[in-house]
Amino acid sequence: MRLYLPIFILALLGFGFASFSVFMGTRLGPKRWNRAKLESYESGIEPTPHPPGGGRIPVKYYVTAMLFIVFDIEIIFLYPWAVTFNKLGAFGLVEMVTFVITVLVAYAYVWRRGGLEWD
Amino acid sequence: MTGTAAPAALAAHATLAASAPGAISAPPIEYSQLGPMLVVFGAAIVGVLVEAFAPRPARRGTQLALSLGGLAAAFVWTVVIAASRQVFANGSPGHTAIGGAVGVDRPTLFIQGTIVVLAFISVLLIGDTRFSPFVAQAAAPPGATAEQEGLAAGAMHTEIFPLTLFAVGGMMLFPAANDLLTMFVALEVLSLPLYLLCGLARRRRLLSHEAAMKYFLLGAFSSAFFLFGIAMLYGFSGSVSLAAIASTAASNTSNSTLLFAGIALTGLGLLFKIGAVPFHSWKPDVYQGAPTPVTALMASCTVVSAFGALLRVFYVAFGNLTWDWRPALWVIAVLTMVVGAVIAITQTDVKRLLAYSSIAHAGFVLTGVLAVSTAGLSSALFYLVAYGFTTVGAFAVITLVRDPGGEADHLSRWAGLGRRSPVVAGIFAFFLLAFAGIPLTSGFTGKFAVFQAAIASGETALVIVGVLSSAIAAFFYVRVIVLMFFSDPVPDGPEVVLPNVFSGTAVGVGAAVTLLLGIAPQPVLSLASHAANQLFVG
Repeated sequence: MRLYLPIFILALLGFGFASFSVFMGTRLGPKRWNRAKLESYESGIEPTPHPPGGGRIPVKYYVTAMLFIVFDIEIIFLYPWAVTFNKLGAFGLVEMVTFVITVLVAYAYVWRRGGLEWD
Repeated sequence: MTGTAAPAALAAHATLAASAPGAISAPPIEYSQLGPMLVVFGAAIVGVLVEAFAPRPARRGTQLALSLGGLAAAFVWTVVIAASRQVFANGSPGHTAIGGAVGVDRPTLFIQGTIVVLAFISVLLIGDTRFSPFVAQAAAPPGATAEQEGLAAGAMHTEIFPLTLFAVGGMMLFPAANDLLTMFVALEVLSLPLYLLCGLARRRRLLSHEAAMKYFLLGAFSSAFFLFGIAMLYGFSGSVSLAAIASTAASNTSNSTLLFAGIALTGLGLLFKIGAVPFHSWKPDVYQGAPTPVTALMASCTVVSAFGALLRVFYVAFGNLTWDWRPALWVIAVLTMVVGAVIAITQTDVKRLLAYSSIAHAGFVLTGVLAVSTAGLSSALFYLVAYGFTTVGAFAVITLVRDPGGEADHLSRWAGLGRRSPVVAGIFAFFLLAFAGIPLTSGFTGKFAVFQAAIASGETALVIVGVLSSAIAAFFYVRVIVLMFFSDPVPDGPEVVLPNVFSGTAVGVGAAVTLLLGIAPQPVLSLASHAANQLFVG
């Protein structure tokens, strides 16, 4: 149990800091009411207008976010590989090249089918 | 074919790796033994490139050729491995590839071969574009002008083919996975494309969207349960390998809470994919809403694959704990057979009817699983082959009976079909009789085999329930046959289109195998018992 003590203390500190900041913010901060503040947040001030009767809605953010995740995951795999490159040797290189090629295939698909164009 | 190149490559890796200080020893990768899966995944990746670079008119033909070619090559490779003297040298039960992550053994190869053949037939159905069941523009909302424009332009999402191949590759890996993490990855690889494919029906799109959404949400829940079960088992044994879990379970009796929670949660994840009661509620909705060729793929290949994984986990990892999980699985098997058979009686939609029938059949296969013997394993394998071919054939017939607005799914539309089109109605009646387990069809042989194995293991009560629910099930199958042949045809009833090469092959192969396994089942029975003779490698 002693092993976990630092984690508990850290968690307490975290909770304490968060509640303290929120509490002090409501006490001390100035309040200026603004309509946009009460609207649902959607990657920007203006939420995407929903067409009446259910037409098409833009999915630009969605495509970009999904692409970001693809490359984000790739980086997550590349980092530990780069650190242990010497230890893994040729095997690691071959496997990582295979992995990057499969990601590039997905990238080529997105590029050719217009996933990288904003409009 | 197998094994000669891999050790040499491994040695090369080892020497290279040894040169660096503190080198991590690389796991051997037996490419030749993983060939069937690699071919399917490779074809899928090439398919994505085709989507990216090939001109639109050339895509469909290229994709179809690529998918069928890849699956055929995978089947040949599977047979070559099964016949290999190196993998099964000196009576060895098989080999575990990639440092124990993937099992290459006879039951797995049998299951993989079955999946590949059934997937081949399903791809034929998917490729039948005369009355394409797939949406022209999935991004267009139902009824929008963009949808009409896409239809008029004859657009088609040819991404369906690579998605299908990815799903099939995952299905092949699922029963082969020899550790729980690989199994989870395979589960996701097979599920994610299927969620997407379910939502692509051209007609009744809202129903299709609903099916995809339900399947995705419930599937994600079941995956989470499965993953949580893996965590429990890892906490118990300190390993995710099935063999290590088995050996810890044999020696360690202290932490049994973790172990039993792990068995329950991983079992839940697997039983969900099979569609056993009480984890079956997604099945009717998804089977009804999905495009019929995709339903054929799910009802045959996914069920076979999930049963393969269930058999491997329960026989290898929990093989020493039979007395602990058998009662729970017994209850589930009874519920699955009874609920599937009874609720099917009230169905009025032919695809929902087959979905409940699929639930009941999952219960019959579970009877074979519960036998916990080589006879049980071989009978379950045989049943899966028999059921898979009959199902693909039955769904292929459904694609042929059409109303102006799409397939005539409502059973009232099928009234009097036997007078209008005796051949198609006759073949469908034959499939229904096979589902009911009438002699001279594969269904009878399969049921006989699983029930015999269960009785030999002392599960007489289970077999009595099985026979009774077969009788209930026979009632509604016969009711559909009566409806088709002895009712008056509905005015302006559905049109029965002539099958072309694609759907004709699917119906023909389904009917031929159903008949063949009913009349002369011995070759496949002995192949299954040969496959089950040596259990899964640990």
